[in-house]
Amino acid sequence: MKLNDDEQAMLDGRDGPAVQRAMDLLVRYGEALGAPRLVDTNNVCGTVGATMPFLRDYAAQHGGLDAVFSEFNLDSPDVVEVPKAKVFSSHLQQGLDPEHAQRQGIDSQIVKLYRQGEAYTGRLGIQPLNTCAPYLAGNVPVRGEHCAWMESSAVIYINAVLGARTNAEGRESTGAAMLTGKIPYWGLHLDENRGGTHLIELDIEVKTVQDWGLLGYYVGEVVQDRIPVIDGLRDVPNLPKLKHFGAAAASSGGVEMYHIVGQTPEARTRDEAFRGRRPVETIRYGAAERRLAYERVNTTAKDAQVDFVMLGCPHYSIEQIWEVCQLLEGRRIGANTELWIFTARATRQLADQAGYTKLIEDAGGVLMTDTCSAIGRVMPKGTRVVALDSAKQAHYLPAIMGVQAWFGTTADCIEAAVTGRWQGGLTA
Amino acid sequence: MNAKNDDTTAGAADAAIVLHGRKVVGGCIEGEALVTRDRISGWGGIDPRTGTIIETRHELRGQSFANKVLVFPGAKGSSGWSSQFHIARIAGTAPAAMLFNEMTTKIALGAVVSHAPSLTDFDVDPLDVIETGDWVRVDADRGVVEVLKRGRA
Repeated sequence: MKLNDDEQAMLDGRDGPAVQRAMDLLVRYGEALGAPRLVDTNNVCGTVGATMPFLRDYAAQHGGLDAVFSEFNLDSPDVVEVPKAKVFSSHLQQGLDPEHAQRQGIDSQIVKLYRQGEAYTGRLGIQPLNTCAPYLAGNVPVRGEHCAWMESSAVIYINAVLGARTNAEGRESTGAAMLTGKIPYWGLHLDENRGGTHLIELDIEVKTVQDWGLLGYYVGEVVQDRIPVIDGLRDVPNLPKLKHFGAAAASSGGVEMYHIVGQTPEARTRDEAFRGRRPVETIRYGAAERRLAYERVNTTAKDAQVDFVMLGCPHYSIEQIWEVCQLLEGRRIGANTELWIFTARATRQLADQAGYTKLIEDAGGVLMTDTCSAIGRVMPKGTRVVALDSAKQAHYLPAIMGVQAWFGTTADCIEAAVTGRWQGGLTA
Repeated sequence: MNAKNDDTTAGAADAAIVLHGRKVVGGCIEGEALVTRDRISGWGGIDPRTGTIIETRHELRGQSFANKVLVFPGAKGSSGWSSQFHIARIAGTAPAAMLFNEMTTKIALGAVVSHAPSLTDFDVDPLDVIETGDWVRVDADRGVVEVLKRGRA
């Protein structure tokens, strides 16, 4: 991989040991990819948190948060003092909500570590967005902007919907990018790699947030890490629909980019979406495929008695919180069921102002921030059966927490929260 | 894919099949193969403390890749891929080596931080010639993989 003079100076140690380790990792990573060079970035989203058990122990044994950053953000062979981030950097979701730690079954000692981590990221100048959806909390990249983001649901959103350019980066590469403002120039940073590969033709209408999640889950499993192009859409999808679609496609497969003809910024026409090339395969999506996706997402679900309803994967937008409030108003969560809704802190503040937080609490639910059940491994004690409106969360949570998961619409989930029973199902 | 079945010598034992690929992470190691045609999720797909696949519908669910030569198509899922395999290395459960076909940022970074000798871009598809239980010698620096079939090793 070719380095320019500035990059070579960083590798030679001009800017200190942490930057040297960062550049060393970027070189090893870039060469593993076969990247020709690095590209400048001024928008990095990553995670440096250390509240999960393994990292907590590591910090305790190896000398605190610089030791965690050195190992898990730089793959450094030694502990180095970590300087301020060189470029605009944001923190993704965390391992817990400090304001609801008790409810999440988190020990106060761990909340203390969380607060130490918060102070640490503050010192490094990393924005505490603490969400899997930074684009809902003020970090909205523009078309063509080279970014270094991790969090697969955010990566696919900013590539496809916003036209920004990022690969699915990881904890270590974003750590290195924060200190150098560099990331390998490879994959989706290059225009030639952003064209569609698979044509998805719709035989049924895709309208609701649930429909979009099922389409994403199906398409992701079929195309894996390739680039699907959806054609034949009649309704214009909104943010929650595209957020759900991308999150689902990035979970069942590894989709990081897609196009919707006439909708997304790099797909004014089908030809533009495919960059003039022919699709390698055409996939039809009809009622049978939708049914199959529904059954796959619901693989683990058996018992109709629901203990726990979890919403907000990816983190809910203010629109989705408003929608839940409309479904919840004047109703009460069942005695044996809990309802937790997850969002970004910035959105939570809006919800507080709008009275939504109180409405949810009056109904017996809780609006939480920073984390989610899968990331934080947080659920009400004794949870066996969960109801979810996210295909992504339904994909991961049973594997991570050993629970059964029902997937349905937001309205299905609110019904389950109120009645304690799953009554959802796929309508025609 | 042009299988070069005549290329079975290169200093290997009689029964060895030899593959050539591109180095992703350098190093030499040998071990028992664990092969899957399913892509692997990192975060939410493995338990790095035990090196076990946990994804609900994965064909290797419940099996451990710790210290095995992991042969698979590639990575999928969350961008927590690298950090999970990174934790696996620290926990002593990382694969001994990784052989894969599809290059992505997840797997490149995951291989780099797991420090496991790794190869891709093979002349022969490793999924076609390596089976679980085979003994595999990986020389990532030279870009050579030697496969001793189970029972003939």
